[in-house]
Amino acid sequence: MATNYETHEYDVLVIGAGGAGLRAAIEASAAGVKVGLICKSLLGKAHTVMAEGGMAAAMGNVDDRDSWKVHFADTLRGGQYVNNWRMAELHAKEAPARVHELEKWGAVFDRTKEGKISQRNFGGHRYPRLAHVGDRTGLELIRTLQDHGIHQGITVHMEYTVVSLLKDAGRVIGAFGYDRERARFRVFKAKAVVVCTGGLGRAYAVTSNSWEGTGDGVSLAYHAGAELLDMEFIQFHPTGMIWPPSVKGILVTESVRGEGGVLRNKDGKRFMYDDIPDNYKSQTSTDPEEGWRYTQNDKNAKRPPELLTRDHVARCIMREVKAGRGSPHGGVFLDISWIKEKLPNAEEHIKKKLPSMYHQFKQLANLDITKEPMEIGPTTHYAMGGIRVNGDTQATNVPGLFAAGECAAGLHGANRLGGNSLSDLLVFGKRAGEYAAKFAKENSLVSPSDAEIEAAYREAVEPFERPAGSQNEGPYQVQYDLQNLMQENVGIVRLQNEMELALDGIGKLKARAAKVSVQGHREYNPGWHTAIDLKHLLTVSEAITIASLDRKESRGGHFREDFPNKDPEAQKYNSVISKSADGSMKLRREPIPAMREDLKQVVEEMK
Amino acid sequence: MNKTVTFRIWRGDAQAGEFVNYTTEITEGLVVLDVVHKIQATQANDLACRWNCKAGKCGSCSAEVNGIPKLMCMTRMDTLNTDKPITIEPMRAFPSIRDLVTDVSWNFRVKTKIKKFNPRPPDAADGTWRMMQEDVDRVQEFRKCIECFLCQDVCHVLRDHHKHEEFIGPRFLVYTAALEMHPLDTEDRLAELKQTQGIGFCNITKCCTKVCPEHITITDNAIIPLKERVVDEYYDPLGWLWKKIRPQG
Repeated sequence: MATNYETHEYDVLVIGAGGAGLRAAIEASAAGVKVGLICKSLLGKAHTVMAEGGMAAAMGNVDDRDSWKVHFADTLRGGQYVNNWRMAELHAKEAPARVHELEKWGAVFDRTKEGKISQRNFGGHRYPRLAHVGDRTGLELIRTLQDHGIHQGITVHMEYTVVSLLKDAGRVIGAFGYDRERARFRVFKAKAVVVCTGGLGRAYAVTSNSWEGTGDGVSLAYHAGAELLDMEFIQFHPTGMIWPPSVKGILVTESVRGEGGVLRNKDGKRFMYDDIPDNYKSQTSTDPEEGWRYTQNDKNAKRPPELLTRDHVARCIMREVKAGRGSPHGGVFLDISWIKEKLPNAEEHIKKKLPSMYHQFKQLANLDITKEPMEIGPTTHYAMGGIRVNGDTQATNVPGLFAAGECAAGLHGANRLGGNSLSDLLVFGKRAGEYAAKFAKENSLVSPSDAEIEAAYREAVEPFERPAGSQNEGPYQVQYDLQNLMQENVGIVRLQNEMELALDGIGKLKARAAKVSVQGHREYNPGWHTAIDLKHLLTVSEAITIASLDRKESRGGHFREDFPNKDPEAQKYNSVISKSADGSMKLRREPIPAMREDLKQVVEEMK
Repeated sequence: MNKTVTFRIWRGDAQAGEFVNYTTEITEGLVVLDVVHKIQATQANDLACRWNCKAGKCGSCSAEVNGIPKLMCMTRMDTLNTDKPITIEPMRAFPSIRDLVTDVSWNFRVKTKIKKFNPRPPDAADGTWRMMQEDVDRVQEFRKCIECFLCQDVCHVLRDHHKHEEFIGPRFLVYTAALEMHPLDTEDRLAELKQTQGIGFCNITKCCTKVCPEHITITDNAIIPLKERVVDEYYDPLGWLWKKIRPQG
């Protein structure tokens, strides 16, 4: 029996302590309600620290032609017009204030010559727009929020796992979980719950995501009745490390290209010039010299094709590799060292602009990026899809449940622009905190039933009660098999029959996952945590596969070899997934609401 | 280049523990964390270790490899002598939780006691500030800290003399320096540094600087300038006299 548990009571419970979770917690506590914050790891270690390039905000500090309208239009163009346009509007309008707020809380961004916050170029952004700190912007963001947040009276629960959300009469009223250190079970009662659990990259074998990126929040919300949106849109970042094998997938920041880095195949050819999509032709240079000037902030120059959107760059790399023009370890070359032809102090310049990339390659690959090209290839990076939310309030369709950050969906459409994630966290983290606090003030605390707590408890401890042996395997092999299945069949290039194979495979893996056994005791037991995460990974994998099978066109992060073109009809709907009464996953297509007239005009003006 | 290597990993908890030998094959390019994961997946599912980013950016996988405080994710196997068993143990300056995981909560408590950032009023009408890059370079160096706590682990004031109640350790001296040297900050933290945070305990052996994976020059750039400020404030007789006789107002 789950009689032995501690209870915590909050007005707002935030699950996840990356950028979005911290920002939501700060906002809710500022609204005067009692806030609890659950971290899967230690505070300040969340995957936000890995964000390198910067946060996009149309402040116009480097190029005063920038404005929210340009940012809004860029975001829709990058997302190929299936975005939630209301979110894109709010994001573009509110991002500058969110960045300035960070400065007020102690963040130290790189500066312009006038002493303002500097902004850098990034793929798909028309003007230099990314506020940054070298190539460690995510660390600056999370540390600033953390150091501000610890003085706000927020109760932080570090290294906790949430097993399930608790409900009463259709409303989310809390969560059930345990602390990993001592494995004591916990019931969290909350008037409102905000899910900010980040990504799901661990569903794939090659990913830039840490062990935490197992789609927990998406899965928790789905099983609690929330709808999922556009799960087929997964971003494969074009530049991940590929050698040596143990570092495969680790991110190489887009800033390398923003600072002038170029992509070459094994013949030394800059292959990105071979394929420039029509809707970007007017903004893209065909002359390498002009492209270089763009990276050095020449306002009259157009961007080099290396800075096209991530979905496109990743596919061009795959094309080179498939055609036999790849690098020795199955990728292509990314070269920043060549800028020594242009800059007298190139070596120092690279170390100053890209310090963590310099160290990452020096230490992990024994390669000096100021002297040699890097070998890179696509890596699973970001989920555009996720929990469906109201654009203004971040509320889900389940009362009492909110979501923000990567685990929520809508802003990015079919493809996210680099730099739009950190600003997403801030803008919508704040909004989620604000509206969750409002909901909490208008609703009362409800106690979960014993039966519900008992069910969550049973689910959590079951893996210990299955004897190890020939019938019951450990959780790691099931996880590996799932990651390989998704990598091979629902990856960067997709085909009907392969995805059907994957769906069948997921069914078999579910059966195996239901039988995994865990050895040892409960305290800080990574095998147990892996067993619990399996349910989440399987849930999100199934959703990705079902949505990808249904969308019979290619758009953004979703590329189908059997339907390689965009279908104008498919631009009119989003895919919505929900759990049906019999427990099965069902998908429906939902028309995208018509855009407001004034916003339509903005899109037209910016074409 | 495949080779069979023995790893001596500390297994246990706050009550008791011992080194357990695991033998496994290593391949090209592995880091210590890869090996720990491999052993975890194949030989000891319940082997506890912290990790997140696996790229030296989050500071979670701190441990002592052959006795030296390091991030496991950034320690390549080919930098170690694999002819002998390789020892992996938790940070010894902190209480054990399980296996390679230690209780670092003291660090989080210390941080809350340091006065928070308090900026001057904005410089421009739109509520923004102006700062020159030269003026923030030093602070940006300190803000590279990933809070791996390896500097705290190696500091003898904490590790050997257990002055946790009287000394905040190199990490939080760097943190305080980042606040004190922030061009916008208006707060004064010198009294606490001297009285309750024990800056005088540091006798600049520079062990912290040596183990910092972010190559922050902790002692020279953060601690010594803070010591100088404390000395100027509290021990300079001319300065003391000046403060007594200077015109008020």
